[in-house]
Amino acid sequence: MAVVETRNLTKVFKEGDVGAVNNVNLQTREGEFLVFLGPSGSGKTTLLRMIAGLERPTGGEILIGGHVVNHLTPRERRIAMVFQSYALYPHLSVYNNIAFPLKAQRVKKELHRQKVEWAAELLGIKHLLDRKPRELSGGERQRVALARAIVRQPTVFLLDEPLSNLDAKLRASARDELESFHKRIGTTTIYVTHDQVEAMAMGDRVMVLHQGHVRQIGTPREVYDKPADTFVATFLGSPPMNLLENGEFVVGFRPEHLLPIELVPNPAITFRLRVRNTEYLGAEWILYGVIAGGKFDGRSLVSRLGSASSFIPDEAYEFGIREQDLHYFDRQTEKRAEAKAMAWQ
Amino acid sequence: MKANPPPATHALAEAAGRTPPPSAASPHVPWRRTPEGRAMLLGVSMFSPAVIYILALIGVPFVLAFVYAFSDVKVGSISYHWVGLENFRSILQSPSFRKALANSFIFTIVSQILVIVGSTILAFPLKDKFRGRGFVRFLILLPWVAPISLGAIGWKWILDSLYSVINWVLVAMHLFKPYSAPMWLGEPTLAMASVILVQTWRLLPFSTVIILAGLTAIPKEIPEAAEVDGAGFWRKLFQIDLPMMLPIINVAVLFGIIFTFTDMTVVYVLTAGGPYDSTQVLPSLAFFTGVLGGDLSQGAAISLFLVPILVAVTYFMLRMAHKSEVV
Repeated sequence: MAVVETRNLTKVFKEGDVGAVNNVNLQTREGEFLVFLGPSGSGKTTLLRMIAGLERPTGGEILIGGHVVNHLTPRERRIAMVFQSYALYPHLSVYNNIAFPLKAQRVKKELHRQKVEWAAELLGIKHLLDRKPRELSGGERQRVALARAIVRQPTVFLLDEPLSNLDAKLRASARDELESFHKRIGTTTIYVTHDQVEAMAMGDRVMVLHQGHVRQIGTPREVYDKPADTFVATFLGSPPMNLLENGEFVVGFRPEHLLPIELVPNPAITFRLRVRNTEYLGAEWILYGVIAGGKFDGRSLVSRLGSASSFIPDEAYEFGIREQDLHYFDRQTEKRAEAKAMAWQ
Repeated sequence: MKANPPPATHALAEAAGRTPPPSAASPHVPWRRTPEGRAMLLGVSMFSPAVIYILALIGVPFVLAFVYAFSDVKVGSISYHWVGLENFRSILQSPSFRKALANSFIFTIVSQILVIVGSTILAFPLKDKFRGRGFVRFLILLPWVAPISLGAIGWKWILDSLYSVINWVLVAMHLFKPYSAPMWLGEPTLAMASVILVQTWRLLPFSTVIILAGLTAIPKEIPEAAEVDGAGFWRKLFQIDLPMMLPIINVAVLFGIIFTFTDMTVVYVLTAGGPYDSTQVLPSLAFFTGVLGGDLSQGAAISLFLVPILVAVTYFMLRMAHKSEVV
């Protein structure tokens, strides 16, 4: 087990350009599942590659288990990584793919078979050991990549979007498996993804990145319920949080909190919403509306409802939000601010 | 034939049934004006230059070589006498031929080993981006685009007994005394080494380009995964990079073997097979015997000795190409 820490970690690819990763400070906890979440180009993969030793940082320090590892090669860092493409060795059988790290780390030869079988057993791929990677399905390849990563029991586990090459159905089951797998082996894990569902579902904590800056680190609950700024607020949640600019502040509320007035006992704010369109998504409805009258006339809002079958397009209805569901952000800095009474009409 | 008439006639009838009956407006459209006829004519006219080229410049000489090899034809002969395997028996007894056969193998194998090792070493740094990469790649490719004979003549001067720049440098560095410097093309072993080195110099660019292409086709993540898995430089090279490059290296080797086994330019220009046949290879011996010596039948017999070897190499080449496609 080990803790990964970065101090002011920075990566600039081309001199004079904006950094891909800027002054990132983070510290994992023992045995934690930490997710780097961000849109593409947010620097999450670059950050992971720097921790792995595949990318040289422009500035700052990386510590693994309390030691600075900046100058160490990937091999000396003793971490394991699963790549987005799995990067299996195409000319080696599954057995030899999994055994490769053991050979490379000069583990005693007598132990190879036992360790490979342990890893294969854990991931349910024991029957595939004689196959070549090209004879495997996407899900099987992913398991082989995982088995190759765990076989030498690394102190840190890095995963770069390991589910993105799987189809939607397989992804859900693979997510579940990865979670229970992590619970069983309990190794500190850093997981990169752009998929907020994966991040929310799997992470002990989520680190939201945007343009190489850390926007927030917190439990899934914290980042969703108390977003640190407007970027986090709109990046997490689908559909994203409604934002309205009011004086010095930006006020946000989630679509599931914008409800017909009869469902909100003590509304802090009410809007008259003209229904533009409703979408039926099976378990829920998404209602798109435009505010009719008042200070925010013409602004679009989104509501998420258990049922919207009674709403008629182009008709106006009263909607309300409770006080505790409102989020306040500073309009200048876009950072979260204290709740404040303000005029709404 | 008799066993299968029903399906054959059936197929014919079916084909006839599918063609629409000639319309009343155009009772007699010539076959070449119909869409099928036009497509056929276009196909034939596009294809025939290649067929004619191969037949005239490869097929005819190839057949002639067989015809000559079993005869007593000389330049200027007006008669043809079948002599069976007499020519083959006679060349097999000739010391020159045996020497040339052995030399051909030495020349090809040693130069190919040097080429593959050299081009693999070159390909690795050339794969990475650095300032001036384009220029370095251009320099390495230069020996390939220059005419072989010109390059070989340049080397002839570099290795000359009197004016050799190499010897000038060796003398200037006091490694040799003047007039006792090595005779690069005059001593049997040195001459063979020189011929092999020049052939290596000439084939290196081609092989480098092929291997470079193979190397850039390996996804960057695979060697990276090997690094993270704990592999050092040599393990990564011998267990990951080289095995993954193997199909493409095979292609480079087989091309190189064919180019070297059948080529006589370097030998002809540098040493003309000398001294005392010590650098003679089969193609040059065939040329000297058959064309310059006028003994067409013996020359043909010598050159036909290459055929079984080249057929085997070609077979492996095609198999490799097929295999690497499947991977």
